[in-house]
Amino acid sequence: MATPLLSVRDLVVEFPTRRGTLRALDHVSFDIAEGEVLGMVGESGAGKSLTGAAIIGLLEPPGRIAGGEIWLRGERIDNLPPEKMRRVRGRRIGMVFQDPLTSLNPLYTVAQQLIETIRTHVDVSEKEARKRAVGLLDRVGIPAAARRIDDYPHHFSGGMRQRVVIALALAAEPELVIADEPTTALDVSVQAQIIDVLKEICAERGASVMLITHDMGVIAETADRVAVLYAGRMAEIGPVRDVIQAAEHPYTVGLMGSIPTLTQTADRLTQIPGAMPRLNAIPQGCAFNPRCKEVFNRCLVERPELIARGGKRHVACWLYEPMKEAFDV
Amino acid sequence: MSDVLLSVEGLTRRFDVSKPFLNRVFEREERQFLTAAADVDFEIRKGETFALVGESGSGKSTIAKMIVGLLEPSEGEIRFDGKVMDFASGAAMRALRRRFQMIFQDPFASLNPRWRVGDIIAEPIRTFGLMRGAAIGREVGRLLDLVGLSASDAEKFPHEFSGGQRQRIAIARALSSRPEFIVCDEPTSALDVSVQAQILNLMRDLQDEFGLTYLLISHDLSVVRHMSNRIGVLYLGRLVEVAEAKKLFLDPQHPYTRMLLDAVPDLALSGRRRVPVEGEIPNPINPPPGCAFHPRCPHVMDVCRRTIPDPRETDSGTAACHLLTGQPVKAAV
Repeated sequence: MATPLLSVRDLVVEFPTRRGTLRALDHVSFDIAEGEVLGMVGESGAGKSLTGAAIIGLLEPPGRIAGGEIWLRGERIDNLPPEKMRRVRGRRIGMVFQDPLTSLNPLYTVAQQLIETIRTHVDVSEKEARKRAVGLLDRVGIPAAARRIDDYPHHFSGGMRQRVVIALALAAEPELVIADEPTTALDVSVQAQIIDVLKEICAERGASVMLITHDMGVIAETADRVAVLYAGRMAEIGPVRDVIQAAEHPYTVGLMGSIPTLTQTADRLTQIPGAMPRLNAIPQGCAFNPRCKEVFNRCLVERPELIARGGKRHVACWLYEPMKEAFDV
Repeated sequence: MSDVLLSVEGLTRRFDVSKPFLNRVFEREERQFLTAAADVDFEIRKGETFALVGESGSGKSTIAKMIVGLLEPSEGEIRFDGKVMDFASGAAMRALRRRFQMIFQDPFASLNPRWRVGDIIAEPIRTFGLMRGAAIGREVGRLLDLVGLSASDAEKFPHEFSGGQRQRIAIARALSSRPEFIVCDEPTSALDVSVQAQILNLMRDLQDEFGLTYLLISHDLSVVRHMSNRIGVLYLGRLVEVAEAKKLFLDPQHPYTRMLLDAVPDLALSGRRRVPVEGEIPNPINPPPGCAFHPRCPHVMDVCRRTIPDPRETDSGTAACHLLTGQPVKAAV
């Protein structure tokens, strides 16, 4: 297989505090292939956004990468000096954040922001950059783009603003787009439009996408593979269809059961008892063991690694330990 | 019908969003009004869950606030248990207020951070003078037990709890005045899915146990589908369709309902190609004339641009659309 576009190996992110070091990401590993859409799900505090922030080198201090490696197309990027990292960010990795109002500068017109971004990363004239900017806005579905480009962000509605942000993220033709809850602030009818635009335009340009969201529905319709995070650890990763229709990790099973759907007829939702542990109280062994229905002794003492389950799927759960090793214990 | 607990007729609320007087004089502008709810009619029967869905700006929360008496309607009336709510009379409102309660969206904002949980839950009991002395403490313990917390949690402060646990506290507070009717304004939108499931299950159990009636307000169609018996769909302050929950999802009558259902991401991976939704909700200050949905409607006709459609009867409820041919609900004037 060709080298993956992005490869994250044993990523550890820590927050040193007065009362000890909190480990927010604990040995997280995954790859994103060329042109692939990887969904990243989990509850709040599971470390989804942190993974995105670590990749683009925008961890809020005191958070820091305490271990592991991040490779972008064979080049290691987690230890680049800030100046070099800045060139990777925007040029090679584009970003779309949750709230479009905070990712746009209210004091500059959309044209100024787009042209600045394009000219920072690509060596073109002002005129050429403007032409590209109009083309981009047109592509993300902003009507009368040539005229509206000179408007300020507040002239646009929420959905239109998020389109502008997508245009901005794609301005330098990045290889990877990290979209962190791109539709959470939007209404359902607009949400679908934005997801479609993001998916189409990335497919068109061959950009890979890391889609961070808590909305399984969005993942189901958009992603090729999905990674499930729990308490800073990878619980399960695999093709969307497998994970959604036949989840294997007890946490994913519970998560899927707890989502009400438009077609189900069950009277009660399956619920996972309790809540995700705080970072300073992650239990020994498997982090999910206090809430797990299938918990057994080994879960309480030993942390499960991702176990290959065939067909590109990996699950971090002792239930799926290959037989011969289970007998050794 | 005798089993109707709450009925709302012609409910309208306008907000004055005009610029200050001098600006209006100099800029030669008219006064501007935002109609957050226009001519809304519905009934909620005892023991059922009625849901209002709609996108932001559709008037869901405005209607909820009028029903619990936090906002006065500009026009129309609300009948609770047969009696018209009289906003002018403080005493009448106070007597009614014990019988309905509200659960809010954000459990971080709806609980006073300086009060102990026990005091938060006991406040409605004390305010309405339902109990005295040690009985209050016992009642608080019982309520905490009921919502899945422990009686000893009464001594703690809200910050010691997670989002889901706080929403449980809010539910315990809502139950403490022994209401018959609870308005739930986006009760789970601030919570994670696994916690959301816990809260929704709890709400259902309590409904079965105490025969509560819910008005559920949500933008999440899957939650609404799971929880409610009947659903009202709002668009720009107007009720476009009311139907039994199951039928609404199988056979939506109004084009807006259809569009909304289509837009929900599909977890079943059926691979259906959704019809792309055009446009966004227009500005409610200057809504389009005629049917407010006509600029986005795939079936728009000439008449839609001129007249506001009246609700008509459908198989499962009512819907307001010129395409429909059922009997008008109101006799033609």
